[in-house]
Amino acid sequence: MITLKGTAVFGGIAFGKIAYFKRKQGQVKRSRVEDSGLEIARFEAAKAAAIGQLKELHDKARGEVGEAHAMIFEVHQMMLDDGDYIDSVVNIVTSQQVNAEYAVAVTADNFAAMFAAMDDEYMKERAADVKDISERVIGILSGAEQGGISFDAPVILAAEDLAPSETVTLDKDKILSFITMGGSVNSHTAILARMMNIPAIVGLGDALGEHLDGKDAIVDGFNGSVYINPDAQTLAQMKEKAEADAEKKRLLEQLKGKENVTLDGRTIDIFANIGNVADTAAALQNDAGGIGLFRSEFLYLQTRDYPTEEEQFQAYKTVAETMAGKKVVIRTLDIGADKQIGYFNLPVEENPALGFRAIRICLERPEIFKTQLRALYRASAFGNIAIMFPMIISVEEVIDIKKIIAEVHSELDAANVPYSKDVECGIMIETPASVMISDLLAKEVDFFSVGTNDLTQYTLALDRQNPQLERFHNAHHTAILRMIQMAADNAHKEGKWIGICGELAADLELTETFLKMGIDELSVSPPYVLPLREKVRSIGAAKPK
Amino acid sequence: MKSFNHTIKDQLGIHARPAGLLVKEANKFASGITITKGEKKVDAKKIFAVMSLAAKHGDIVTLCAEGDDEDDAIAALQMFMDGNL
Repeated sequence: MITLKGTAVFGGIAFGKIAYFKRKQGQVKRSRVEDSGLEIARFEAAKAAAIGQLKELHDKARGEVGEAHAMIFEVHQMMLDDGDYIDSVVNIVTSQQVNAEYAVAVTADNFAAMFAAMDDEYMKERAADVKDISERVIGILSGAEQGGISFDAPVILAAEDLAPSETVTLDKDKILSFITMGGSVNSHTAILARMMNIPAIVGLGDALGEHLDGKDAIVDGFNGSVYINPDAQTLAQMKEKAEADAEKKRLLEQLKGKENVTLDGRTIDIFANIGNVADTAAALQNDAGGIGLFRSEFLYLQTRDYPTEEEQFQAYKTVAETMAGKKVVIRTLDIGADKQIGYFNLPVEENPALGFRAIRICLERPEIFKTQLRALYRASAFGNIAIMFPMIISVEEVIDIKKIIAEVHSELDAANVPYSKDVECGIMIETPASVMISDLLAKEVDFFSVGTNDLTQYTLALDRQNPQLERFHNAHHTAILRMIQMAADNAHKEGKWIGICGELAADLELTETFLKMGIDELSVSPPYVLPLREKVRSIGAAKPK
Repeated sequence: MKSFNHTIKDQLGIHARPAGLLVKEANKFASGITITKGEKKVDAKKIFAVMSLAAKHGDIVTLCAEGDDEDDAIAALQMFMDGNL
């Protein structure tokens, strides 16, 4: 058995025979021509034909992988029509009195070299685009067939790298996996694999080659390994891994669109936690009923300065629109403690977990807070947004927040900016103080969401980042469960809902307990949505006492 | 002549897709349109030129239009950059 290592770009296990794809490389010959005008006319005609083909590929790809990914073929058309590209070809033909094929090949090499020399991994990859479009033109000029890639039986497709025009002409039913010598996570092969949901590994290097054609192999798209002629032990391991993966997919098939209802008819909302706009796709794929926790910190972490109201607005709006009317609970800025951001210039603290963080920063620096609230309320006109405030310990904080919200409302009213009047405002229950006064807090807010990670750390006085404390840590500690019960009872007395968005929400051993407590919503990271749904649907008696 | 500065917010910078869209947008106008990053100034109507800037997240670029429809061009490009990059 030989094991090859590369970069995994999409998970999954594939078993099959390797088919090595070798590009037909017509050697371009340099020949002198008498009539350079005729050569230029040949080039123009070939270019027009190539653009026509790319238009067709664009339409085909749009149907298969969507407009965003198909756009590359429109970019390819523009590249062929680029003034500098055409000038270079025409100039070589006229100045050297050579054939169009040669002029295109030289131009392609020059432009590809420009990209390859760029100090940017993504841009380096674009050298492949230049070669791809140029080979198309040369192919047309020399009358060569632009052959698609086809196979009789499904294969693991191996290649040096695949050009976009090659990947789009593939017979997708016959591809079990892609493995390439070159390429990166930004290459078209990688993008296509993700769209097709098949395992793919790039950057396998010279170890992969034509000599492996026809060999039996297993591709592990989770860890980037390819096993050639796998031994019995590896085969068994991989089969097990593939079954676990299939089990996940089975859950998806069976449970998508189903209700989160127990056998005795109690329903619960299962939402997803997300950390950026792109995660919304995973939430939808896993059929989450809404977003129970959208951590807004990413907006602050990815910039070098405070994100503008407009940037924040766009992010919130996109998620709200994408979730199309489903609830999206956005938590306001929660930094400090273990999440530090340079430009905030926060003082160094002896005890950051008990320090200047989250809502405390927002109330001390209302200008930062107001920018975020304005963006949130503006976005509320585009979907079902709820706002959640972290690290609350007193009713006074909630009153202060409400004052700032009232100011934001009157500013928006004055500027005639639309926003929803029904935005729910809730708080995180993550301090023992908030639990002890949850009866008072419930009168002031629309909902609670329990952050079990911080609640555990503060209740048990255990630093969650200190590995030495492992043996003292008990996630199911009665103190925590009593705290959640108390907050739930107080929420319900005021007719408010309560969710759990911390790690404990995904703990299937506690699902039944939470249901009996009367918890209304559990919010978990997207891959846990369906396993949690399956668990809920298997529970017999879950009506609250 | 009209111009404005823009800080690239897209994580990937001006990569292939937005470069294509930008060139498309620029070609809607008769004015000469350039995009400058640092000391490098290129024709915004040519895709290879725009891509050769390799403008990254956080870079500041200047878009400049000169011609009869420069006002419209700058307004449209400003909107395009804010919305896409």
